[in-house]
Amino acid sequence: MNKTDALIIGAGPTGLFTAHQLKLIGLNCEIVDNLDKIGGQCIELYPDKPIYDIPAVPECTGEELTKNLINQIKPFDIKFHLSERVDEVKREADNWTVKTNNGTIFSTPNVIIAGGVGSFEPRKFPVKECEKFENKSVLYSIKDKSIFKGKTVTIFGGGDSALDWAVELSKNSKVNLVHRRDDFRGAQATVDTVKELAKDGKINLFTKYQISSIKGEDKLESLDIKNDDKETKTLKTDYLLGFFGLIMQLGPIANWGLNIDKKTIEVDTEKFETNQKGIYAVGDICSYPGKLKLILSGFHEGALAARACFKLARPDEKYRFEFTTSSKTIKDRLGVKSD
Amino acid sequence: MFSHTCPIFLHNYIILMAKITYITDDNQNHTIEVQNGLSVMEGAVQNDIPGIDADCGGGMACATCHVYVNDEWFDKLPSKEDGEEDMLDMAFEPKKNSRLSCQIIVSDELDGLTVNIPSKQG
Repeated sequence: MNKTDALIIGAGPTGLFTAHQLKLIGLNCEIVDNLDKIGGQCIELYPDKPIYDIPAVPECTGEELTKNLINQIKPFDIKFHLSERVDEVKREADNWTVKTNNGTIFSTPNVIIAGGVGSFEPRKFPVKECEKFENKSVLYSIKDKSIFKGKTVTIFGGGDSALDWAVELSKNSKVNLVHRRDDFRGAQATVDTVKELAKDGKINLFTKYQISSIKGEDKLESLDIKNDDKETKTLKTDYLLGFFGLIMQLGPIANWGLNIDKKTIEVDTEKFETNQKGIYAVGDICSYPGKLKLILSGFHEGALAARACFKLARPDEKYRFEFTTSSKTIKDRLGVKSD
Repeated sequence: MFSHTCPIFLHNYIILMAKITYITDDNQNHTIEVQNGLSVMEGAVQNDIPGIDADCGGGMACATCHVYVNDEWFDKLPSKEDGEEDMLDMAFEPKKNSRLSCQIIVSDELDGLTVNIPSKQG
């Protein structure tokens, strides 16, 4: 059981700055994020796109912003739990007990949801029957490539993940690569390699095709693919791999008893608290009259939510507002010299 | 000039609108007037048309505002920018006539445009 003053869900810019604010006022915190890296939408959706409306930063990319925020919390000891999704939040006495899909358990008086539009999950095959074989022979990520040895693997997708795995698995497996068009968006060098391997018969390439159905009772046996002219082909396969990128889904947050409207959580504008005491929502996921989905709004919301956390984490102490320019206590926490 | 658009007189301004029809997966038609200059995605979101998520808010980064454009209209739309086809790879059941509605900007020329919203966005 991890005891902490506050648990932040979401390691995007808002979550990171909220952590900074918590540590600055002397509270400890831990951060959980379902992505395998820090940065949220900034790093997953637009790492290279310039942002022009961060105060005092005329221009920076999503990646640069993330790097700077990570630098800003470097003085502090903050534990990150990446590739973990919070599944359960339950009230137990004065604290919230929070469980992740990996079985990590936290006990905390404060839960701050900085979840953006939800957690990033792999996009799945449109064919419903695929659910039956999910995590067995229908996969959206690869943990152990040895299971494919000597088997037939059918890969869908046109990005780097699909192409890289097609090249890698073609060494020890029979690989079908299926993509909806002739162009691939993966790196040109990999595209060239795939085309070479296809020429040599090491990869069976099917472009302009999409999945239409799968067959198999206890185990996956084959799938049908169809092109725009409705021509169908049947491919025998042991495994089906889909690499269609990630999509944001609200997921389990919907079950925590919060007031949710159109994928956002209603909060007040004093503490950014939800209808549940000690659960706050900040950043893109919160809503209140006048809400703007800007990163700078998330920073403000996080700063206020952090102060609200103080009351529940230190009920016997009084919070004193201090400036970073003058407070010796804060400078000590930052590890910088006082004048 | 006004034959294809519906002008709304507001103080001294004339706001030009185009009629856009959104057909949801359950075959419900929603015809609304969308202001020129907005995207077809924004028209849907502002008017609570179900089925367009637009998670990234119009940044061409998520493919959750995917629509199918009727054949008669598909060729009349300005062509796709770099990157739109890449994002459509990730859309739910993309077809030949797939577009991201955040990339279709409403104008006089699009008055009467009809788009079909897929059963899911992902």
